[in-house]
Amino acid sequence: MLALSHVSKSFGSLKVTDDVTFEVPAGQALGIIGPNGAGKSTLFNLITGNLMPDAGSIRFDGRDVTRMPAMRRCLDGVGRSFQIPQPFQKLTVFENLLVAATHGQAASEAAVTDLCAEVLDRTGLLRKANTVAGTLSLLERKRLELARAMATGPKLLLLDEIAGGLTEGECQALVQTIRDIHAEGVTIIWIEHVLHALNSVVERLLVLDFGRVIGIGAPAEIMASKEVREIYLGIDV
Amino acid sequence: MSARYSVTTRTPASTGALIAALALVVLLALAPLYASRGLIQDLFFILTMLTLAQFWNLLAGYGGLVSVGQQAFVGIGAYALYGVVILGGVDPVPAILLGGVAALVLAIPTAFFAFRLQGAYFAIGTWVIAEIARLGVAQWRSVGGGTGTSLPRDALGDMMLVEGIAALFDVRASAARDILAYWLALALAAGTIAGIYALLRTRRGLALAAVRDNTEAARSVGVDAGRMKWLVFLTAAFGTGLAGGLIYLQKARISPDAAFSVTDWTAYVIFIVVIGCIGTIEGPIIGVLVFFLLQSLLADYGSWYLMLLGLIGIAVMLFAPRGLWGLISEKTGLQLFPIRRRLVGGVLTSKEG
Repeated sequence: MLALSHVSKSFGSLKVTDDVTFEVPAGQALGIIGPNGAGKSTLFNLITGNLMPDAGSIRFDGRDVTRMPAMRRCLDGVGRSFQIPQPFQKLTVFENLLVAATHGQAASEAAVTDLCAEVLDRTGLLRKANTVAGTLSLLERKRLELARAMATGPKLLLLDEIAGGLTEGECQALVQTIRDIHAEGVTIIWIEHVLHALNSVVERLLVLDFGRVIGIGAPAEIMASKEVREIYLGIDV
Repeated sequence: MSARYSVTTRTPASTGALIAALALVVLLALAPLYASRGLIQDLFFILTMLTLAQFWNLLAGYGGLVSVGQQAFVGIGAYALYGVVILGGVDPVPAILLGGVAALVLAIPTAFFAFRLQGAYFAIGTWVIAEIARLGVAQWRSVGGGTGTSLPRDALGDMMLVEGIAALFDVRASAARDILAYWLALALAAGTIAGIYALLRTRRGLALAAVRDNTEAARSVGVDAGRMKWLVFLTAAFGTGLAGGLIYLQKARISPDAAFSVTDWTAYVIFIVVIGCIGTIEGPIIGVLVFFLLQSLLADYGSWYLMLLGLIGIAVMLFAPRGLWGLISEKTGLQLFPIRRRLVGGVLTSKEG
């Protein structure tokens, strides 16, 4: 589904993505962890086309998309949420989804109305459908990020820290929603600090530090490795 | 989730507003029957300024493209009309269309350069390009160079439809020309409003709002942000060029300084949109009426008029940042041209829960 090969990106002299190579097979869920500033969100921006890599190549769905703009990748099936919510402020919650569904899936408004309502229902935003997005609370904005990404009809869904700040109950509900999406065959890459939520969904974990891949493998294996515990959890072992 | 959902944009006021708007257009179309020539000329001014304001609002209010160079398209539209009439002997009425086309042609290189600039730099860039166009046209000897020229008498005399209108209303040819120009201005203003409203109600219109609110996020949900900007810029240029041709057809006299005036064709237009309410169709309509009233009341006070206009502009921005229409619609919830898509049906309209 997605394959990165020796991808690098620098901002000035700072190397934020350093020779990253990994693959995500179709239908799998991959978690990405790493300390703040490890380059997780930058890696997402490279996968979605919001940033272009300095070196390396990215293949999606059997095609080289390294130089393809974000808009085209979305049409091909890459959906994303932003770590810092980026709603269309003056549009309503429903209109936010409507833009995503009509353009991401190249469909008419009438054709996607029920889909948008369904996504709003699944993400707990249905009652806020006609509320202007700029007036939402932070939690509601995070849900809107997920809902809007889902509305584009993605084959690959990239989630960037959507579980932070939730209560235990809300977190459970979110995990269930993501499991359901995953069960429908959507490939998922999820950056998350809330590890118990992440580990209850993903099949594999990737650890990033200073832009480099430190480890990739089954969650239990990764969490047990000495290197990861030192770097990521800051524990002296 | 068995309940079916649907989208509506209708508001309680919108159906009434549509009927009232159609009635108003009919009433205005019949104005030559009951209005004096002076009133017809005033209405012509209002309608052409309204057209310019709607296009600037499309650019800045919906497209986020704050241009200070729209006078380039007024000027080039007007000069293209004079060029084909004087040099090519074309009838002035169809020549208006060529004015629009000329503006469209100028808009392509303008956009190519200006789109590389952001925010304030874009504004200054468009202004600079308009100045270059003015200086370029001033070199064009056969339409009067820097001093300008008039539309030839015989071209005006042979203009299509004028003879018929003169006979119909039993007026002289000069009054008949005013009536013709007025009808064209009415058609242009009504067509502009209807066209922009129709655009805003399509999924492209929704994408335009998304790009304005957050370009990066819009790209990430599959919106072609670049194409939306081109669409809006070229549409506004074409419409502004049509208005430019029509305005100078009615004036029958042109000079580069007047036709490319940043005050007349951009500053006043921005004033109209800002005091009315940017980002709405209703705003420029209210704005142009206020602007016309102020201009009529203060016409005798020379430069005091401009200073007062500036003060009013500042006061509105400080105390009613959403303009006069913004105040009205906040207080009353009124939307005459609604584009807000509301989800209705299912649990949203059921009573329980």
